[in-house]
Amino acid sequence: MKFGILVNEGPYQHQAADSAYLFAKAALEMGHEVPRVFFYMDGVNNANKLQEPQQDDRNVVQRWSELAESHEVDLVVCVAAALRRGIKDEILAPGFRISGLGQLVEIGVEADRLVTFGD
Amino acid sequence: MDEFEDDAGVIKRFMFVNRKAPHGTIYALESLEVVLISAAFDQDVSLAFLDDGVYQLRKDQDPAAVDMKNFSRTYRALEGYDIEKLYVCKDSLAERGLTEEDLVVDVEVLDRAAMARTMAEQDVVLSF
Repeated sequence: MKFGILVNEGPYQHQAADSAYLFAKAALEMGHEVPRVFFYMDGVNNANKLQEPQQDDRNVVQRWSELAESHEVDLVVCVAAALRRGIKDEILAPGFRISGLGQLVEIGVEADRLVTFGD
Repeated sequence: MDEFEDDAGVIKRFMFVNRKAPHGTIYALESLEVVLISAAFDQDVSLAFLDDGVYQLRKDQDPAAVDMKNFSRTYRALEGYDIEKLYVCKDSLAERGLTEEDLVVDVEVLDRAAMARTMAEQDVVLSF
């Protein structure tokens, strides 16, 4: 099955960002496709490479980048939501790109299921 | 992207589910932004308003005192984008002492069972 994923919450503050990652990873390991994860609302903060969690904690941003690299997942950050929150190209972690909300509608059309993680 | 080109012409039923009050959080405003973008993609778009989401359609909003934009008039503009299917939960309205007459747009009021059936008919449900 082909899954699109929408992440609407930022990292560390809310479980949704972790759940989205764990879902995507599990789906890929089971042989499903996850062509794109779309980050909207506070979810855009998942792309901020300046984050430095404590060493004994998970690194939410870095593990998205690793997922993108190992499984060719397209990590798309909404431009309008990003600009509002100060997320710009120069602070994007590897694997992320900034684009428009059309990319969310597009993955909704393309995927068999679009799964939202948020409040 | 090339991988998506084969889907040109596919029309899916998209439902945007709105469950939160218009102000206090950004969910309602950013939901509306996706709705407006979706209009450009020739999809079959509908909106559902449940729980505190029914307040998004309330007439006579004036959020100036909390320094927020009054975006409620945008719901009236949706018709111009060919987004005409707006469903409101009957029970959510009643629980908040509201009626259809309190809303800025014409809507279809559905009880919870009918709302559930309508959701089940969708291809894509986005909840904000």
